[in-house]
Amino acid sequence: MKWKTKDGGWSPYLAGALVGLLAIASVYATTQWMGKSNYLGASTTFVRAAGLLERTVVPDRVAANEYFTKEKVRVDWQFTLVLGIFLGALVSSTMDKSYKLESVPPIWENRFGPSIGKRAVAAFLGGIVAMVGARMADGCPSGHGLSGMMQLSVSSFVALAMFFSIGVLVATLVYGRRSL
Amino acid sequence: MSTDQILGLITGILFGFLLQKGRVLRFEKQVGAMLLKDMTIFKFMLSAILVGMVGIALLTDAGIITLSHKPMNLGAVLLGGALFGAGWAVMGFCPGTSIGALGEGRWHAVFAITGMVAGAALYAELFPFFKSTVLVWKDFGKIGLPETLGVSPWVIIPFFWAGTMSLFFWFEKKGL
Repeated sequence: MKWKTKDGGWSPYLAGALVGLLAIASVYATTQWMGKSNYLGASTTFVRAAGLLERTVVPDRVAANEYFTKEKVRVDWQFTLVLGIFLGALVSSTMDKSYKLESVPPIWENRFGPSIGKRAVAAFLGGIVAMVGARMADGCPSGHGLSGMMQLSVSSFVALAMFFSIGVLVATLVYGRRSL
Repeated sequence: MSTDQILGLITGILFGFLLQKGRVLRFEKQVGAMLLKDMTIFKFMLSAILVGMVGIALLTDAGIITLSHKPMNLGAVLLGGALFGAGWAVMGFCPGTSIGALGEGRWHAVFAITGMVAGAALYAELFPFFKSTVLVWKDFGKIGLPETLGVSPWVIIPFFWAGTMSLFFWFEKKGL
């Protein structure tokens, strides 16, 4: 098995196994220093970000919203974790020169052409649907896919099966056979 | 910054670094997996799960950490999971990878991120409706597979390892 990929990255088996170790270390560290076992996740941060943004315009509405109250609108552990993902990816891609400014993803361009506007509208609408779904299912591929599976949570097996089966179906419909 | 925030930031930097090194942040990798042509993200996720599940079971047995299952709220997990899958296919990113993709220069991820923030705001508005409908359809609570099957996690983990390793060998044989 090769530890490096053709494009200078690491084997996904190696990088993934290291994320497994990071996940264990992170649960241990949060239990020790925060008094509660916290697991890797990302999607609740989007709720807090929405709350923080809305608060600048309609503070009363945010204060009165049941869901924002439940999830607590603040910059917490997971929020800085998500910001850290940006920095980590920036550092890694700069180091191995894989950083690349890209306006439209290649698969998308093959199927729908180079229009940024078209891509923007689709990604925005896809984002809305995906996030409503992630909050309803109470997790995304990080919270359910990694953290939930590691804990052998029943809901995560079901959620991941749904993510992928519907993902495969919709991707096949949207990108068809011409895409790769 | 509080201890929580510093801890989160350090964890996130390492997480983002590994996501980028594993090359799983890219639209091509995510959509490639959904088109069943590039199994990179499966290899990555399943490797993380294989390692993580052993450590988490050990630390739980030792009483050092506690598990935090997400509720097995059947209607919400099925419908939410389906909506997520559909949005994910169009967007080509999941919440965590969209932020990482921005970090490696794929600036178009900003459209997906904006959409997801809007989606979160929409969910907050619709929450009272969901709470009385899809969220109360069939809630089995926060359950784990071991207690549901009435076995120890150490019975399940070897089967999970064996199944996943076979899948890995198959991926490599097929060059996926």
